[in-house]
Amino acid sequence: MTDSETAVAASVAAARPMRALYAGNARSVMQRGWRATRSSNWMIVVSGFFEPIFYLLSMGLGLGALIGTITTESGDEVPYAAFIAPALLAVSAMNGAIYDSTWNVFFKMQFAKLYEGMLSTSLGPLDVALGEISLALLRGGIYATGFMLVMQALGLNLSWWALLALPAVLLIAFGFASVGMAITSYMKTFQQMDWINLFLLPMFLFSATFYPLSVYPQGIQYVIQALPLWHGVELVRGLTTGLVGPGMLWHVLYYVVMILVGLVFTTRRLRVLFLD
Amino acid sequence: MPEPVIIAQNLVKKYKDFAAVDGISFEVAPGESFGLLGPNGAGKSTTMRMVGAVSTRTSGDLSILGLDPNGYGPEIRSRLGVVPQSDNLDTELRVRENLLVYGRYFGLPRKQVAERADELLAFAQLEDKAKSKVDALSGGMKRRLTIARALINDPKILLLDEPTTGLDPQARHILWDRLFRLKEQGTTLLLTTHYMDEAEQLCDRLVVVDKGTIMAEGSPAELIRKHSSREVLEVRFGSERNAQVAEQIAGFGDRIEVLPDRILVYSGNGEREMERMTQAGLHPITSLVRRSSLEDVFLRLTGRTLIE
Repeated sequence: MTDSETAVAASVAAARPMRALYAGNARSVMQRGWRATRSSNWMIVVSGFFEPIFYLLSMGLGLGALIGTITTESGDEVPYAAFIAPALLAVSAMNGAIYDSTWNVFFKMQFAKLYEGMLSTSLGPLDVALGEISLALLRGGIYATGFMLVMQALGLNLSWWALLALPAVLLIAFGFASVGMAITSYMKTFQQMDWINLFLLPMFLFSATFYPLSVYPQGIQYVIQALPLWHGVELVRGLTTGLVGPGMLWHVLYYVVMILVGLVFTTRRLRVLFLD
Repeated sequence: MPEPVIIAQNLVKKYKDFAAVDGISFEVAPGESFGLLGPNGAGKSTTMRMVGAVSTRTSGDLSILGLDPNGYGPEIRSRLGVVPQSDNLDTELRVRENLLVYGRYFGLPRKQVAERADELLAFAQLEDKAKSKVDALSGGMKRRLTIARALINDPKILLLDEPTTGLDPQARHILWDRLFRLKEQGTTLLLTTHYMDEAEQLCDRLVVVDKGTIMAEGSPAELIRKHSSREVLEVRFGSERNAQVAEQIAGFGDRIEVLPDRILVYSGNGEREMERMTQAGLHPITSLVRRSSLEDVFLRLTGRTLIE
């Protein structure tokens, strides 16, 4: 090939950089995950569904009987179970998304070499990232629907706004899956993976999940408000309790940014790792 | 002469200061079976990754099926079949599912993939394992499944990186037989190996690679003719005496090579060299006359054995 032809090829490549990243076939990656879930790890999927329900029953109904009602940020009184149920819903979306996008992805990258195989086909890194994240979303969506039905049965959805909690939960799951996969793609050992859990547990306990943010001194409140789960909890809580306001759009924006940042880093990293 | 399906000119791949591939040039014609023979770390796998459009070259020119991988990675990959060095089968899926799912990665229609999967299971002699778990397969079966998977998109070129490394002799022969059939059907094969018998069995033409550069190129027979004698006499005198005996037989044959465990005497007639040795009063512990192989070519070119 002559220099001019090389230059032509290079300019073609530059003119359509997306072509190398995305083949428009994320669906095949999702279908693969669906098949794998069906044939080998459906037990994990089922257990992930019951975890938040057990929390709701023990804390919401058990502790709730002692606590009675709780005063929200907006000054409204809501039953304790109705206060924590949306938070648990957000948490379950987070957990489902995190499991699929961290441990699962880590295993596939480091041991099963699954992505190496995928990227030697016509798939691009963005297909892989989107496919894996969509599967995490689908699972998060199924958990959330089940949990919402339980909430409805227990009378914990206080408003018709609650219907919007479902897309909100998907948004939350998308955000966590996207960032989770990005972080995981930089991890090399099991020890590093444990750091993720070290971060998640306190975030779960302290993100205004079980009590209002106002119990904290101002400084700590800022820290909590910077973390992603708090935004998720507030967004879902606003919808299921019907205490909605325009300020909730900030929570939505927070997740949109998470999704975009996560996708950019994941795609870039997969490209470096498997298409050097 | 038909247009080559792979053209590599002065191909270089550097990782920081280290050049894994240092100026390799070769061409592969359609339907040809072409080999890269060399020891571990010679740059064979890196070359394969560049040809497979999953690694970007540092410099040089590369054309696969008439396309430059820098601009047409996905198009090239869609027309290649890749058998990597270590199996990366999907262990969460069953045997047949591995083929179905892989076909879908290429965006092929479901029905077409299903038909092709059944044909390939038959080809790989894995029909009765269709519903088995991948982990339950033997090493040779996994390898055959990996090859079947690589064929799901009906590739123009099949890339095989060390296809039989780690397999027992019987499994290797079954695999060679399958690859030979593909060759007969006109599939272009590009394979790397550090087994000279594999290269002799499967390659129409090959390059001997060492330290990222090409040492020689030709058909196995040509290379042997050019770089070695017809026969080799191998004698063992015990590790202490080998060097001492080597001095005594310095003029024997065309050339002598002293290895730690044996002496190789290159000659047109091995038996005659053996007779000369007996007349000189030398009685090796063991002796063997054999035909020259690619192993000898490699030894001649690099001063080292292929498997160290």
